[in-house]
This record gives sequence, C-alpha cells and structure tokens, in this order.
Amino acid sequence: MKRKKSTTIFIHLFLIISVFLVSFPIIYAFMVSTLNVNEVYSSPPKLQLGNNLINNYREAWQRSNMGKLLFNSAFISIVTAVGKIALSISAAFAFVYFGNFPGKNILFVMILITHMLPLPIRIVPTYQLMDNLGWLDTYYALTIPFFASATGVLLFRQFYMTVPESLLEASLIDGITPLRFLWSILIPLSKSNIVALFTIEFIWVWNQYLWPLVTTNSARVRVVQIGLKMLIPSDAQPEWNVIMAALIIGVIPPLLVYLTLQKSLVEGFAMQQDK
Amino acid sequence: MNSKFAKKYHYLAYLLIAPSIIIVTTFLIYPSLQSLYLSFFRSTPFGNRIIYVGFQNFQRLLTSPAYWNSLTRSIVFTGVTVFISIASALILAVVTNKKIRGAKIYKSLLIWPFAFSFAFSGIIWGVLMHPNVGIMSYYIQLLTTYEFNWINNGTAAFILIIIASSWRMLGYNFIFFIAALQNVSPELLEAADIDGASPVTKFWRITFPLISPITFFLLIMNTLQVFFLTFGVVDVLTQGGPARATDIVTYKLFRDAFLSMRTGYASAQSIILFVFVAVITIIQFKYAGEKVFYQ
Repeated sequence: MKRKKSTTIFIHLFLIISVFLVSFPIIYAFMVSTLNVNEVYSSPPKLQLGNNLINNYREAWQRSNMGKLLFNSAFISIVTAVGKIALSISAAFAFVYFGNFPGKNILFVMILITHMLPLPIRIVPTYQLMDNLGWLDTYYALTIPFFASATGVLLFRQFYMTVPESLLEASLIDGITPLRFLWSILIPLSKSNIVALFTIEFIWVWNQYLWPLVTTNSARVRVVQIGLKMLIPSDAQPEWNVIMAALIIGVIPPLLVYLTLQKSLVEGFAMQQDK
Repeated sequence: MNSKFAKKYHYLAYLLIAPSIIIVTTFLIYPSLQSLYLSFFRSTPFGNRIIYVGFQNFQRLLTSPAYWNSLTRSIVFTGVTVFISIASALILAVVTNKKIRGAKIYKSLLIWPFAFSFAFSGIIWGVLMHPNVGIMSYYIQLLTTYEFNWINNGTAAFILIIIASSWRMLGYNFIFFIAALQNVSPELLEAADIDGASPVTKFWRITFPLISPITFFLLIMNTLQVFFLTFGVVDVLTQGGPARATDIVTYKLFRDAFLSMRTGYASAQSIILFVFVAVITIIQFKYAGEKVFYQ
C-alpha cells in the first residue's frame, strides 16, 4: 500500500527536527570552540562561528597536554578491548566445545556474576588492592582489572552454539587440534562479533571516568576524561571556548572508531538476536 | 552439540577459562567480599586502624536523612532518565525504520551521542544551559521568564543531569532498537497493511511484541548504567550540589570513600547498592531467563 504524500512529508519533518535536537548540542559545542572568550561571555549568547578556532585548539592542546592524554586513552582502550576479546573468546570456546567437564557450571556462574558487581560495589577494596600491588598511577590499574567480560563470554558462546556441528566433525576427522580449530575456523567466522565487541569496549574504556579519577594522579597516565575536567577551574571563570575545543578533540577518536565500525556493529547486534 | 573434543582435552578447557576466572576472582569477587567485611568496621581518624562496629554503619546510613535524600534522588533520576531515553529512542527507531529516503543519514545522525562520555555530555549541556553563557537558558528565560540557573537552583541542576544523561543514553538505545527492528519481518507488516491496520495498531500489535525482549533488556541495562555510571555528569557539573540536590548514590559514595576517607561507611553504601543490583538481577532472570546482555 502506498503511503500518502502528506504522511511522508510529516515523517521527514519529524525526523529533521529530531536530528536537529539531538545534534544541536554538538554543533553548539563546536561553535563555542571557535569563539574568543569575550564572545563566549557576551550577552545575548552568540550562536555563530568565530575566528578563534585555531587559537582555541592550539591553546587546548597545549594546556591539557592533549597528545599525552590521547595516547594514554587510546592505549588503555585498545589494550583493554583486546584483552577482553581474547579472554572472552577463549572462555566461550571452552564452555561450548568441551562437553561437561567437572565444575563447568560453577565457573560459568562465576563469570556471569561480574554483571552483579559494578565498580561502586567494590571500589574501596579494589582501590586498596591497587595500592597494595603498587598499581596506583600505572596503566596496570586502568587495564588488567577490566579484562574479564561476562558480556563477551555470552556473546561468543551464543555465536559458537550456532556454528554447524558438521564443521567440528569434519575437523575432528581430519585430526585437527582444538586450538587449531579455534584459530583457523571459529575466529575468522566470528569477525563481526569481534568488531562489534571491540567498538563497544573501546568507547566504553575511553569514556570511563570514576576509576581513572581515583587511581591516577600524574600526567604520565592521565586520560582524556580527567584531563578535560582539569581544564575547568573551580574558582575562576572557565574559558569555555578552550574547554569545548579540547572536548571536540577528545571525542574524535571514539567517534572515528564508531563510524568506521558502524556497519559491522549493527550487523553484529542483529546477528545476536537471530533465534 | 553432541560431538565434543575428547575427554583428553579437558585440561585445555580449564586452561582456556583460567585467565577469566583469575581476573574475576582477584578484581571482582574478592574485593566485593572485602566490601562486605569492611562494612562492619570503622576506620580511625588517621586511617591506620579499623575497629569492629557491627551493624553501626548500616544503622547510621539508614537513619541518615542525607542518605535517604541521595537514594531517593538517584531512583527518581534513574527512573526518569531511563523512561525518556528508551521512549524517545524507540519512537525514533520505528520512524527511521520506515521506507523513506535518507533513512541511513537520519540513523547515523541520531546515533552519535553514543560516542560521548557522561562527563562530556555533562559539560556540553552544562554550557548550553549555563546561566551566564548558555544559549538555551537564555531563550528559556526570554520565552518563559523562568531563570534556569543550575548553579544556584537544585531543581534546575537535577533537571540538567537528567537531560545530559538522557541525551547520552538515547544514542545507545537507538542502536539496539534499530538492530531489533531489522528482525521484524516486512511481510508481516505488509499483510497488516492489506488488512487495513492503522500505523498505531501495527506498532502495538506487531512491532512492539516482537521487540519487547530487547526493550526489557534495555530497561535493565539502562537502569544499571544510569544508576551506576552517571558519576561523571555530576562530578563535572555540580559535585552533588546545590544543597545536595544532585548528590546521587555513586557521588556520595565517592565523597565518603575518597574525600572523607570513611572506608567502613562507604563500604556499607556499596553493600546497599549491591542489594539494588541483586533485585534488578532477580527481576531480569525471572522475566527474561538467560538473554544476552550488554553493559
């Protein structure tokens, strides 16, 4: 049945307004990042592009030591995402292909339980543990405690359960070892799941705030989120133009990761729900 | 799956699971038990010793108006944010899923808040609504004469953290709804068209039941995320103020643990938060069984 023309126009109008509402904060942030400080504080507030773009971005980069912040955030995000994926794949593989080995259910529940233990529930002892291990203010604290993932194990387990048995049988007849089967058959097959998980985890770690706030102190390991907060003075008038410039720089990496992987992300999610 | 790797490989299964189990035990399960243990102690003023106090920390928490304020505000904040972000994401996903020109462009322009952290979202909205520099607060005042001053006014600050968090969650929910709607068969909807069903009927009778598992899943995930991970919004904007109007549970926990160094009192709060997670988890398993869940 053909939709009425007026309905179509209405839908487009609705979507254009929605897109504007959702995107406006970002456009506005960019506009502020091009103004000079007098324009930022002028009344009525300006909704326009200024001439101060290059100055603001240079200032933001230097004042926050942005190069180091970006490196640190990228480093911990990649390491954590890769660590999570590797550990999830190997655990999921063990849960699906090795029959009912003793203790299987308990181990599975132990991994699932991580969902019930978000950071605020264990933050004081975990912090003390980092202190005892000498991990405060190091990359270790920002990466290793996050390597386990119930989500990842469930995701790969569910996917492995849909892999046709004939594949496994054929490889068993050929005398292929389990690790060989995992490496040359399963991992290539789960590419889109890996990509989806990588995207989610990269953005997740990049945007983490509370944990780096309590475990890091020095510029050596400081991440983007914390560096940006430190640009906001508590006792003086914030230079919002410079802060917005830093914010725009700081959101580009997760945005790029997201955009390049967007397609596989949506596919990966869609696949999960196949019955 | 019937045929499995032979029993001789069982050792390999344990080896493959071991790394995950070691991480989970060391950094999640053990510290959580420590939280429980510490919640029965009080640290001395210099923090060098702890003294057993029984249930005193819990008693003080549950009789403290400041803690009840924090709990109630967190629950209202979470409830409203989850409702707004799920409802708007669902509407937008259903509309963009129609066969229209440029659907792809609309989709990608609606998803991008997802790349922003709660802290970044807080900063952007804080400036948009800033009493001195914000363009939105300026026009709100011009049009309604209401002064949206989140720096001095508790209600405004509370509304601000809801808006900033909802905006961030919208992108997240939108992605999941888009993916879920791809599995709703177009034939089914066309058949309904032939029967002359209205769009509203089609939505409630066909689309919504088909995507209700994902909606339920998002409800659970959103509740946990907004309850536990919105710390950044509050830390960059209001630090719990003004007058404790935005003192959500995670922020209060942070203050007590790391600014006042009251580790026992903070751990007791952790345990109360665990009860909250446990209730949500029970609901989840009761109504959904084991479904894939995402952070």
